[in-house]
Amino acid sequence: MSHPTPEQLREDAAQLLATIDPSALKPRDRMAIPVQEMPTQDPDQRVCNMEEVAVGYSREQVILESLRCLQCKNAPCIQGCPVSINIPKFIEKAAEGDFEGSIAVIKESSLLPAICGRVCPQEAQCQLYCTVGKSLRDVEKSVSIGRIERYVADYERENHLVKMPEPAAPTGKRVAVVGSGPAGITVAADVRKAGHDVTIYEAFHKPGGVMVYGIPEFRLPKSIVAEEIENLEKMGVTIETNFLVGRTRKLTDLIDKDGYDAVFVGSGAGLPKFMKIEGENLIGVFSANEYLTRSNLMKAYDPEHASTPIYESKIVAVLGGGNVAMDAARTAKRLGAQKVYIVYRRTEKEMPARVEEVGHAKEEGIDFLLLHSPKKIIGNEKGRVTGLELLAYELGEPDASGRRRPMAIEGSESILEVDTVIVSIGNDSNPLIKKTTAGLETNKWGNIIVDEQCRSSIDRIFAGGDIVLGAATVILAMGQGRTAAQAINERLAQEN
Amino acid sequence: MNKVLYKEQLSDEVFRMRIEAPLIAQERHPGQFVIVQIDTNYGERIPLTIADADQQEGSITIVFQAVGDTTHRLAKIEVGEYIENLLGPLGQPTEIERFGKVVCVGGGIGVAPMHPIAQGMKQAGNEVKIIMGARNRDLLIMEDDMQKIADELIICTDDGSYGRKDLVTVPLKELCESWKPDLVVAIGPPIMMKFCAETTRPYGIHTIVSLNTIMIDGTGMCGGCRVSVGGETKFVCVDGPEFDGHLVDFDNMMLRLGTYKEREAEDHHQCHLDLAIKEGKA
Ligand SMILES: Cc1cc2nc3c(=O)[nH]c(=O)nc-3n(C[C@H](O)[C@H](O)[C@H](O)COP(=O)(O)OP(=O)(O)OC[C@H]3O[C@@H](n4cnc5c(N)ncnc54)[C@H](O)[C@@H]3O)c2cc1C
Ligand SMILES: Cc1cc2nc3c(=O)[nH]c(=O)nc-3n(C[C@H](O)[C@H](O)[C@H](O)COP(=O)(O)OP(=O)(O)OC[C@H]3O[C@@H](n4cnc5c(N)ncnc54)[C@H](O)[C@@H]3O)c2cc1C
Ligand code: SF4
Ligand code: SF4
Ligand code: FES
Repeated sequence: MSHPTPEQLREDAAQLLATIDPSALKPRDRMAIPVQEMPTQDPDQRVCNMEEVAVGYSREQVILESLRCLQCKNAPCIQGCPVSINIPKFIEKAAEGDFEGSIAVIKESSLLPAICGRVCPQEAQCQLYCTVGKSLRDVEKSVSIGRIERYVADYERENHLVKMPEPAAPTGKRVAVVGSGPAGITVAADVRKAGHDVTIYEAFHKPGGVMVYGIPEFRLPKSIVAEEIENLEKMGVTIETNFLVGRTRKLTDLIDKDGYDAVFVGSGAGLPKFMKIEGENLIGVFSANEYLTRSNLMKAYDPEHASTPIYESKIVAVLGGGNVAMDAARTAKRLGAQKVYIVYRRTEKEMPARVEEVGHAKEEGIDFLLLHSPKKIIGNEKGRVTGLELLAYELGEPDASGRRRPMAIEGSESILEVDTVIVSIGNDSNPLIKKTTAGLETNKWGNIIVDEQCRSSIDRIFAGGDIVLGAATVILAMGQGRTAAQAINERLAQEN
Repeated sequence: MNKVLYKEQLSDEVFRMRIEAPLIAQERHPGQFVIVQIDTNYGERIPLTIADADQQEGSITIVFQAVGDTTHRLAKIEVGEYIENLLGPLGQPTEIERFGKVVCVGGGIGVAPMHPIAQGMKQAGNEVKIIMGARNRDLLIMEDDMQKIADELIICTDDGSYGRKDLVTVPLKELCESWKPDLVVAIGPPIMMKFCAETTRPYGIHTIVSLNTIMIDGTGMCGGCRVSVGGETKFVCVDGPEFDGHLVDFDNMMLRLGTYKEREAEDHHQCHLDLAIKEGKA
């Protein structure tokens, strides 16, 4: 099957659309409209570049896809969205071609639709609850809520229609935000709107958090994140990069010495886990964080300009089955690896990665070695990786979480020849802030404990995003940011 | 953006710079380092020790050897110009207490990071003897600074062009025998630190080394700087940079330092001391 070009998909949609009278559509007719496929770069081409894989719907496609929505009275999709976007309403406007009206509805609830439309695990959130998908007994046939969201957000941005909210009159209160990921960005925007003075402190030399150093360009163009950051600056938010809270300044000093009235901690889950198996310190073993940071943040994929090197690999094994693993595998492929394996101990069904990413990875020729897990990493006399000893697994009885527990099959050892291993089994939270802040309560994984208003155990210190939830999602981080910002604004209002 | 306030060439390859960084100057302690990046878009992030700080001026001092791309470009930045990114202070500060008798061994550029530690040890009331090593007289740096601190200063060069013609491990061994130090701190090329640790091991003298692994973020999020210490994996940027020299797996660390060797410029870094020790002369 040849890869459909964006132009083909647009033409097909245009033809179908011409036969439809939107005002006469019955639910049955709506459900008969085929799901609009996301146009993508041809797999053979895209593995040779870093540009975005999914190029986005055409106008015809977005209208057609929007017409699939039944406008359910009870709107079950909304309960699947962590920030409760009014989904039927924004889709209705999109179907009418009123994209400005559509994005306005989304922006009542979400701050980063161009980003969430791209990276939300929709099939596990809004689209999981969609009546259309339910009726057709296939979540992949749900209304493509995220793709429509992306279209209208891109429409707004590309046509320079983004309106900056006017901050309220200055209150004289000052708020510090630690970390510039989605949680921090959201808090900064919402608190600034209330008229407070806001400074974001970011450890890296560029703001954006995981959206900049982790998620690759081919999935989330950095220019989109950069624009969100510029918008914050236009609203009057100050961003201080190269500032590591806990080291450059203690968290509590921001309040006690620098006079901030409140601090929000959105420092993410940045501590890479390793497997603790033999050979993990050989040359050629990397955490996904390191590998992706070199490529994304330091632009090592562009050796002509970048000073930071990245390991040259022929055969790569990526350990893990989440989004991070897919990103690492697909990056390795783009950097020239001939063969890339995803090694995962359960089956594809249990993979936490987004379905779309798994699909894209497969199209790009990534090999999935399922029901296998590494026992040790093998190296040569120069300390470089030469192979991976694997054990085969089978799925046993379901455990407490309902997932079938993978069990090693005894005597099933085999050797996979590889020169690079990328460990991508998740992140814990970075212990620095906890270690340098007396009285800050955390759980056994090091996540900051907060109440339902995102208040930590220390007065005036709030927290949200991955540092509270453990490695989660962009939209959940944003949702917590909104909650925290509201709590901060209420608290500061009381003090007037 | 951090302004370069002062720059001096200490030897052929070694430079000293004072850079505006008021917050870092306030918070830093001996043993800590900064990450320097001179070009936000394409630059590499490299770790350099804070050799000194002036809170009044709001500045820190770095001393670095031009060994590769970034350090050579750093050396070209002039007074009044800016370094785009400077992050710190990073790492755990040196544990400075009154131990009694302390030997500080600095090899090559390792003399620079040794300076604040030796100074701290002295101020804490220790007797401090310092051994400095270099390939030759021209490469010897900061002799005057060290002279001011040391109760005794022993200088070694590989070629005998100045001081004793010895590797630093020779006087170290003599001091272990005759002076019986309570603590040894060794900073220099990995191979030197390894052999310093081997020298003190039979005497059971606690030996601290400061590791210079490859780093990216310097904040604990990448794991690129990891080393094996006493069989456990540690991140040098947050758990270190100082560790018990008797527990560090130097062989693995040295291999890992060569991860990108094929790609990066000639290995200027390997000094003759390394070679001499490799050839079994230590
Ligand atoms: C490779 C990868 C792929 C992913 N793919 C997806 C996806 O497809 N969809 C999805 O929804 N989610 C995805 N995620 C998860 C998602 O990116 C995170 O859940 C989200 O970014 C968390 O946001 P945050 O604001 O809590 O923290 P982060 O985005 O982690 O940002 C935290 C920021 O704080 C800074 N910081 C940390 N400590 C300090 C300190 N002490 N002082 C100052 N600054 C500090 C960090 O440098 C960082 O910039 C992915 C994650 C990764 C790593
Ligand atoms: C905690 C810490 C403190 C340090 N303090 C100082 C200091 O005060 N002064 C100083 O001059 N240097 C110091 N270093 C070493 C310094 O970071 C490296 O020399 C620098 O990264 C080299 O960068 P480059 O781009 O110029 O060279 P590259 O082109 O990256 O490398 C040139 C050569 O040096 C080797 N190399 C790369 N990184 C290191 C490293 N971290 N250590 C040893 N060899 C390396 C490479 O293998 C290569 O052969 C420190 C390192 C650490 C981890
Ligand atoms: S933000 Fe995410 S969950 Fe909410 S509607 Fe958009 S795609 Fe769905
Ligand atoms: S559940 Fe599906 S069909 Fe119903 S309103 Fe939501 S998106 Fe539309
Ligand atoms: S440099 Fe990244 S964890 Fe130490």
